[in-house]
Amino acid sequence: MMIMRWQLAYPETAVPLVGSIFGEDGMLLPEIYNSLGAMHGTIMIFLGIVPLAVGAFGNYFVPLQIGAPDMAFPKLNAASYWSYFVGGVVMMSSFFTAEGAARSGWTSYPPLADIEVGQTIWLIGMIFLITSSLLGSINIITTIIQLRAPGLTWMRMPFFVWAQFVTSFLLVLAFPPLEAAAVLQLMDRVVGTSFFLPSGLVVSGELLDVSGGGSPLLWQHLFWFLAHPEVYVLILPAMGIVAEVIANNTRKPLWGYNSLVFAAVFLGFMSFIVWAHHMFLTGMGTAMSAFFQTTTMIISIPSVIILSALFISLWGASIRFNTPMLFALAFLPMFGIGGLTGLPLGFAASDIYLHDTYYVIGHFHYVVAPGTIFGLFAGIYYWYPKITGRKMSELLGKLHFWPSLIFMNGIFMPMFIQGLAGVSRRLWDGGLEYAHASGVLHWNEFMSISAWLLGLAQLPFIFNVFYSLKRGEKVKNNPWDATTLEWSAPSPPLPHVNFEKIPEVHRVAYEYSLPGRKRDFTPQTEPKKG
Amino acid sequence: MEIPYTVEERPDTGLFNAKLGIWLFLASEVMLFGGLFSAYIFLRFGAPVGAFHEWGLELNIPLATFNTLILISSSVTMIMSWASLKLNEFKKYKLYMGLTLLCALGFLIIKYIEYTSKFDHHIYPSTNTFYAIYFALTGLHGLHIIGGMIVLYYFWIPGSKMWNSKPEQFTNRIEIAGLYWHFVDLVWIFLFPILYLL
Amino acid sequence: MSSDHDIIDIQRHIKVYMTIFAALAVLTIITVAASYLDLSTGEAILLALTIASVKGSLVAGYFMHLISEKALITWILMLTAGFFFVLMFIPMASFIDQAQLG
Repeated sequence: MMIMRWQLAYPETAVPLVGSIFGEDGMLLPEIYNSLGAMHGTIMIFLGIVPLAVGAFGNYFVPLQIGAPDMAFPKLNAASYWSYFVGGVVMMSSFFTAEGAARSGWTSYPPLADIEVGQTIWLIGMIFLITSSLLGSINIITTIIQLRAPGLTWMRMPFFVWAQFVTSFLLVLAFPPLEAAAVLQLMDRVVGTSFFLPSGLVVSGELLDVSGGGSPLLWQHLFWFLAHPEVYVLILPAMGIVAEVIANNTRKPLWGYNSLVFAAVFLGFMSFIVWAHHMFLTGMGTAMSAFFQTTTMIISIPSVIILSALFISLWGASIRFNTPMLFALAFLPMFGIGGLTGLPLGFAASDIYLHDTYYVIGHFHYVVAPGTIFGLFAGIYYWYPKITGRKMSELLGKLHFWPSLIFMNGIFMPMFIQGLAGVSRRLWDGGLEYAHASGVLHWNEFMSISAWLLGLAQLPFIFNVFYSLKRGEKVKNNPWDATTLEWSAPSPPLPHVNFEKIPEVHRVAYEYSLPGRKRDFTPQTEPKKG
Repeated sequence: MEIPYTVEERPDTGLFNAKLGIWLFLASEVMLFGGLFSAYIFLRFGAPVGAFHEWGLELNIPLATFNTLILISSSVTMIMSWASLKLNEFKKYKLYMGLTLLCALGFLIIKYIEYTSKFDHHIYPSTNTFYAIYFALTGLHGLHIIGGMIVLYYFWIPGSKMWNSKPEQFTNRIEIAGLYWHFVDLVWIFLFPILYLL
Repeated sequence: MSSDHDIIDIQRHIKVYMTIFAALAVLTIITVAASYLDLSTGEAILLALTIASVKGSLVAGYFMHLISEKALITWILMLTAGFFFVLMFIPMASFIDQAQLG
């Protein structure tokens, strides 16, 4: 990404330090730029966020938060991990092949993806990664349904567990059509079928020698059927983490727990019927456009409910501004911006202008970058003591947080300006050749510098993770004075069994500041008197 | 500490873990084949009117009908192998499981004959979109048969030792494997008319 | 091991399995025979899918024991079926409802 940002800020100049890899005076070739773009999206989503948010946080903390000794299927867990590992190796190996990595966008649209280089490995990698998610999500759903500790009813579960539950349903039911589509695209590439290749396709001046009769739109439908629920997979675990951290650091129960749960479930359900809002410009008729526009507007409601409940939870709170809370608090307005900027994209009329511009890039990055990633940082700082038995440094945490927040906005806010001016996405020179872009291209340098500084701002974090392993403040079970079940296990939890004894649950998840009590928190395991 | 509800059922759901797990897996498989069926519909709409029907006339209906009956039989022998375990008749279990594997093998052999006959007539997945989706659907289905056979073979010979030490868990495993196997049969029940008869 | 009651239960089930097997075989023959009827494409599709659904329901209901399965499983499957139909019909609908140009 840093390399791409150099190209955008200073096009037609050599990339420093690593430029020699890219041939021809160290300048980034368009093909390489496109590869970096396609792989950036793929890696961030399928090798980064999903494995971290669902694979790592989900598999580690769901059993702990429901009082279970382990996941329901430990061997399946291992299979899911190794499938991810193989998929990751396959994906990354594509950079070292003679033809290079995939360069048809993470969306892999045919006809380009059917004939462009690097795609076969990408497809094989995706099949492994999708399988990994499927196995993992089956495990999470079964664990939540079957292994809740005695007394942990559905409405006593922490919101994080609900979020993982809905996320896993999205993964189980939405991923397979993409797996099917990936197989079909592989067949197009390897066996010469024309699932996605229309008749009469001309490539480099020559008629392509295939049977034709296929449809690029078929790919788009199958792809987005997954990829829309996928974005909720990306956000829900982070929302879950933010909810946990906010409840804990406001010292009061979350406002609107029932609404949060209902909204998350409704969101999951709706996410299956909005996908073609990514396809408004494919020649859909008005009936279909109206249908998808309507469902898209409806799906914004549960998101707003969740965000509002989290905001309202701050009212009247005794807020502790530790590092996890800073990230959780920042999540709220950042996700708010991301969500609001989605609205013009959800309306077909305005989307016609904004589709495939930088506006879209700004929108989704706000949701996943200062949105999800901040949520994941909050989770790391919050749960690090549980995993390692030591706290991370608060000073380094703040050194990480403040520049990150500032520079995230520095990168992504100007993208809306560029997008509104009509600058298209995936342009290797950032729009240099287009007259309509000339007024806004100067933002590229600003965004690139913000990106490099954002990169630097991660150094305190990386150092903190390793430093605190040895030198962090040692803690016992419950350093944050929290109520949920993971804090009644030792830090770190006991191997294979998590808890010394399976907990018994007597209360809802966030009994903070109960009137008439000495402590400002009451763990879920504490029995009610009388 | 054992993982609870591996064998005994959880009271409020009435399920043991693996049963829920396999049904979730089968739900994902419904969506997997669903993706391919959706592709079939889309491609059929996109082809000239009547093209799919006409291209499909090359397929061998009698052979495929026989194959359908073989697969249905394998479903029956599969459930009989589970029922035998419930009746404590291990030898019968071995017999029925062996028959299931035999039927599965028969299915694959016939499929092999079908495929090679197509190739001999220069009909390949690349020939037109009908054959593209035909080979994709039946190919994926065939892969599922092979995968199932591997698991069933394991339960037939190496893994059947578990009957001596943990009979109830073993019986549950056969039930779970059976659910997968019946699903594969179920997919074929739809594939057969759609591809061969319409 | 299994009590006598269980054994009678299973034996009753076996009778059911055999009946279903016969039904499936007959329905397979009927499906093939029906394909030789002179029907329009739409009618043929409807008929074939109906017979297939009946066969599928027998396999699912009796071999896979769905008819007596716990509610949770049935709910999950109904949810899946819903999304399955979305996946079948919406792309088709978008094919039919295309933008009119000019």
